[in-house]
Amino acid sequence: MLLAEQVLNGLQYGMMLFLMAAGLTLVFGVMGLINLAHGSLYMAGAFACAAVAALTGSFWLGLAASLAAAAALGALVEVVVIRRLYARDHLDQVLATFALILVFSEGTRWLFGSFPLYLSLPPVLSGAVTLPGGLVYPAFRLAIIGTGALVAIGLFWLIGRTRLGIRIRAGEADREMVAALGVDIATLYTIVFALGAALAGLAGALVGSVQSVQVGMGEPVLILAFVTVVIGGIGSIKGALVGALLVGMTDTLGKALLPAFFARFMEASAATSVGSALASMLIYVLMALVLVWRPTGLYGARA
Amino acid sequence: MSRGGALANALVFAALVAVAAGADATGNPYIVTLATKVAILGLAGVGLNLALGYGGLVSFGHAAFFGIGGYVTAILASHAAAGTPVITFPFTVAGTAEMLAIWPAAILVSGLAALAIGALSLRTTGVYFIMVTLAFAQMLYYFAVSWPAYGGEDGLSFYVRNSFPGANTFAPLQFFAICATLLGGAMILVALLTQSRFGLALRAAKENEARVIAVGIRPLAVRLTAFVLSGMVAGLAGALFADLSRFVSPAMLSWHMSGEIMVFVILGGVGRLAGPIAGAAVFIALEYLLGPVSDHWQALLGLLLLVIVLFAPRGLMGLVARRRHV
Repeated sequence: MLLAEQVLNGLQYGMMLFLMAAGLTLVFGVMGLINLAHGSLYMAGAFACAAVAALTGSFWLGLAASLAAAAALGALVEVVVIRRLYARDHLDQVLATFALILVFSEGTRWLFGSFPLYLSLPPVLSGAVTLPGGLVYPAFRLAIIGTGALVAIGLFWLIGRTRLGIRIRAGEADREMVAALGVDIATLYTIVFALGAALAGLAGALVGSVQSVQVGMGEPVLILAFVTVVIGGIGSIKGALVGALLVGMTDTLGKALLPAFFARFMEASAATSVGSALASMLIYVLMALVLVWRPTGLYGARA
Repeated sequence: MSRGGALANALVFAALVAVAAGADATGNPYIVTLATKVAILGLAGVGLNLALGYGGLVSFGHAAFFGIGGYVTAILASHAAAGTPVITFPFTVAGTAEMLAIWPAAILVSGLAALAIGALSLRTTGVYFIMVTLAFAQMLYYFAVSWPAYGGEDGLSFYVRNSFPGANTFAPLQFFAICATLLGGAMILVALLTQSRFGLALRAAKENEARVIAVGIRPLAVRLTAFVLSGMVAGLAGALFADLSRFVSPAMLSWHMSGEIMVFVILGGVGRLAGPIAGAAVFIALEYLLGPVSDHWQALLGLLLLVIVLFAPRGLMGLVARRRHV
């Protein structure tokens, strides 16, 4: 029963990571851009949700605001800064987006202050649900899992079945040829970037509702999203989904099970410290193993 | 290296020494400490520059080696203060407060870490390499946070700065002299390395890997060597940084630190010998000057960085030198 709960926690964590990683991997794959400021868009979504929810009293309006604000900010950043970086090497991209993080973090601190904000959930989502088998689980966490699954289905449909998806895949394969065929590649890139930003903003609002909304909240998640993208393979939505679930499960189950595992043959306090130290490293070990086996990730294009 | 380039490098180094000496003579020990910080962070940048600037290996995880150097120093020093051995199995390692014993240990451990991380990361290229080095550094960061023996999240302080034979390391100018000497030594080492056969192979592998393979050089071995040397220099810088503040914390291992070291290198100019020192000096001067003006000085720093990346991609030394290879 405890294990089932941890599996659900891992699933929820994985779905949240997928929302982050999907945008990152699209931007990597289509534009060849490494975007450290993705975590800032996550933070922007959380703050927009908190601000609008506090102003209107409606969590749902806040959620809509998080999508809209992150997408708008993403589009703005793409047009003003990111667009100039596509032709540059990765080093310039890293530095410029690192600079963007500094600007966004301090800007947010200036607007909202350093104290964390808290969101209250609507009554529909704040209770617990009794699942078949008798497990009682928070409704909101189930909603996150559901949202992640819906977004995954939506993205597969968008990329695989729509005209926009065809253009995105074509832009990934051959930028010049797509432009020559009359597709406005600059607008396409802005749309992709804004789409990724909106997903990051949604993830920020959802996680901000469970934890708290504060400056710097995007950075740990950003790095986990990087690990996810590396494991799944750059540019692959399927890879992002599989990678996110692997990372979410490994991290959650590792943190839940490793201390207990070590407690079988060590004294309790030592087992807790060894177990939790190892558990915090587990996903990086997973990443190293995947890279030794497949240097371009599980679903990455062969170099 | 052209004669003009050598002159520019010497000038940057001389300016740093002059600022420290002048501040000490006029009774401004705080400025001497800032200059020491520039020398130490510049040293970390010189280390990263070997991999990043000359080898084209964009490591976003050099805080790992910087932090390991720092932790080795703090762990040895705190055990020396407590009079307990660091480990007793398989052999006994006693704590020490002698810089001459601490530095080789810091260099050795960070070099070994760089060997392990490099051997795995160098299997990948491009964006993967950036993210993998970042992830390994984060792994060590989380390990340091969750491992309670040496302070965990709170960090580890030691109360007496480690000693150096014949010097009073508590005198700001004397400690600066030690750091500046190591910085000068590292610069000479990197200058010699980059002009050696090894350095040529490293730069050639950056420019055109296929041709390097065709003339019978294994790029992986050359790159791994550069990565390990680079990590060792960063580890030494971390050891000095720990001694500067007599405190280490997981923040030394965090990705912000990696980003900052990278900012020094790029701000100064990638692949320029004194670039990281100029970059670190500008960074710390901005922190010192803008900090009192606005609590949000990092936002101003971010804007400045953006302008530099977008409009002066060859860095400050590039603006001054206006030549591609100095």
